[in-house]
Amino acid sequence: MTQLANYFASIGRTTIEKVVAIGQASLMLFGALFAFPKVKNIGLTIHQIYVVGVQSLLIIMVSGLFIGMVMALQGYTILVNYGAEGSLGPMVALSLLRELGPVVTALLFAGRAGSALTAEIGLMKATEQLSSLEMMAVDPLRRVIAPRFWAGVISMPMLAIIFSAIGILGGHLVGVDWLGVDSGSYWSIMQSTVEWDKDVVNGIIKSIVFALVVVWIALYKGYSCVPTSEGISQATTQTVVYSSLLILGLDFILTALMFGIS
Amino acid sequence: MTKVVEITNMHFTRGERTIYENISLSVAKGGITAIMGPSGIGKTTLLKIIGGQLVPNSGDVIFQGENVHKVSRSRLYEMRRKMSMLFQSGALFTNMSVFDNVAFPLREHTKLDESIISTIVKLKLEAVGLRGALGLMPSELSGGMARRAALARAIALDPDLIMYDEPFAGQDPISMGVLVELIKTLNKALDLTSIVVTHDVSEVLEIADYAYIMANKTIIGAGTPEEIKNSDSPLVRQFLNGDADGPVPFHYNAESLQDDLLAVN
Amino acid sequence: MTSRKAEILVGFFVALAIAATLLLALKVANQGMAGSGETYKLNARFDNIGGLKARSSVKVGGVVVGRVERIYLDGADLIPVVELQISSEYKNTFPDTSSLSILTSGLLGEQFIGLQPGFIFPEDLVSIEEDKVCESADLRQCPYLTEGEEIFDTKSALVLEDLIGQFLFNQGSE
Repeated sequence: MTQLANYFASIGRTTIEKVVAIGQASLMLFGALFAFPKVKNIGLTIHQIYVVGVQSLLIIMVSGLFIGMVMALQGYTILVNYGAEGSLGPMVALSLLRELGPVVTALLFAGRAGSALTAEIGLMKATEQLSSLEMMAVDPLRRVIAPRFWAGVISMPMLAIIFSAIGILGGHLVGVDWLGVDSGSYWSIMQSTVEWDKDVVNGIIKSIVFALVVVWIALYKGYSCVPTSEGISQATTQTVVYSSLLILGLDFILTALMFGIS
Repeated sequence: MTKVVEITNMHFTRGERTIYENISLSVAKGGITAIMGPSGIGKTTLLKIIGGQLVPNSGDVIFQGENVHKVSRSRLYEMRRKMSMLFQSGALFTNMSVFDNVAFPLREHTKLDESIISTIVKLKLEAVGLRGALGLMPSELSGGMARRAALARAIALDPDLIMYDEPFAGQDPISMGVLVELIKTLNKALDLTSIVVTHDVSEVLEIADYAYIMANKTIIGAGTPEEIKNSDSPLVRQFLNGDADGPVPFHYNAESLQDDLLAVN
Repeated sequence: MTSRKAEILVGFFVALAIAATLLLALKVANQGMAGSGETYKLNARFDNIGGLKARSSVKVGGVVVGRVERIYLDGADLIPVVELQISSEYKNTFPDTSSLSILTSGLLGEQFIGLQPGFIFPEDLVSIEEDKVCESADLRQCPYLTEGEEIFDTKSALVLEDLIGQFLFNQGSE
């Protein structure tokens, strides 16, 4: 009997903790969102775009190139059996624009920039830099969280677009230059199949949603972590795990909404 | 003498644990007030309560005539410009040079020209003896130097009140002497009010005008350094002499050892 | 604190993103149909739609003029109804007598709807032009396909099994 009560008590406690955490995270997000219009912070945001965006560029471009090349190689070996290698272009382009571009970029971003953001903020908290900002009458949400938040939300869709574009070029490299698919049909069939608003824009919308999720989790985990070395390492791991799971889950929901019900 | 900070009947709990019970203290303008006590009783917490970062469960904290926890958020931020805190670790921003660290509050809160800011920063650094280190990054500084650089940053905006959190912890005797001297001279030269939280009794009693000793969630002794030294309260005596056991027990709360061991078997 | 190098690299990053967007916009995606936006709706009933899907294209002599918006089963007589969105560029272009057939591009390609424009007698055309029937009068009077109209002349998709069955049946009767 008491065991049962304990069981329910633990469910209740976990629920309350989660609700409180979501509330705190929302408050933080709220603070960050409303801190945007401050002119002084635009320089900081640009600096953060450099840190989270530009510094992720290399890994994004290399991954995009290789994924495009692999897709072309795999797609070709399947399509050539049906004499449909002309459809290689749309296959590569659609899978990149709709799925791989936003999703892989978000996963890489969570691993590369998200974990770094959590660790940075966590360490700032552990070394009392956040507290000291507050005591200097500078709001850390405004000064530290907001620029990073906006930089992430701005950078990720751009990274996803670059990823897809490079992937399509990589597919061209393998499919056309190496395997001998006709260059004209690669582009023209792609062009007649891919639609700007349905495929490209939906991919960008996905990417923006993923960006919000990843950056939000990364910043909240850093901001709320236990300020010890163990707490920071745990928060960093949680950032990568939670954002990866949420990206994949949200991707399914968004795909169902965008392409599933027609 | 006017009071800069006045705390009355303050309670503070963290989770289930009571940190403070019915604490009242006041800090006189222009003086150095020491708050001493064994580690782990939340002396840093007290400073954070004065700074408005933590909110007490009950009681009032008055800073320059205004209740820190009852004013609006924007007013609190204005009040914080007049107080300043030196954190135990220094809390310098690791991604900026010493110069930028000291210039930070000036750039955030004033619209001064870069050349004027540069002059102020150099003067503040000169005061703590680190003008030569202005180009260094915080990671290149020793612990004592980092604390002095942080002190320069803390006085950059000419605050009315400085709160020192364990300024002497983990310092070698020379750095400690330097810091003791700095706290004293700055307090006089800048017409500051200082609160020093520490467990290094002898150092702080040299410079303090008034001292409080905290233990067991409350204040166990108060007075000028002379009064404290001559106190006959057993708690105060234990703290000053550093006895291992006494009114502040050596053992953390536990059932008797005999019962504990027998229960296992 | 924002160093010059960071600013330049962020500028480079933004330029790269814009270039990638342009590549996607101009070289990868087609904006012809979707971009113009304005469309009008037509309905058609088929006995069998085969592998036709929503978003399949509607072509006239290979030129895409519209898309299949939605396919559903008529509640009353259980016949598939296909709803088409035709670009407004081709308003008052296809006569009422046009016919639709479901075709396949290549052997294994996807299915699309081929629209075969019908005809209007030249003397009718003159009177239509003069009376401006299509602008003013009841839409029923207009000899062109207009918003919400139904095309009756439709050819269903070829079903391979039916075709083979027919072939065997013919062989047997010979």
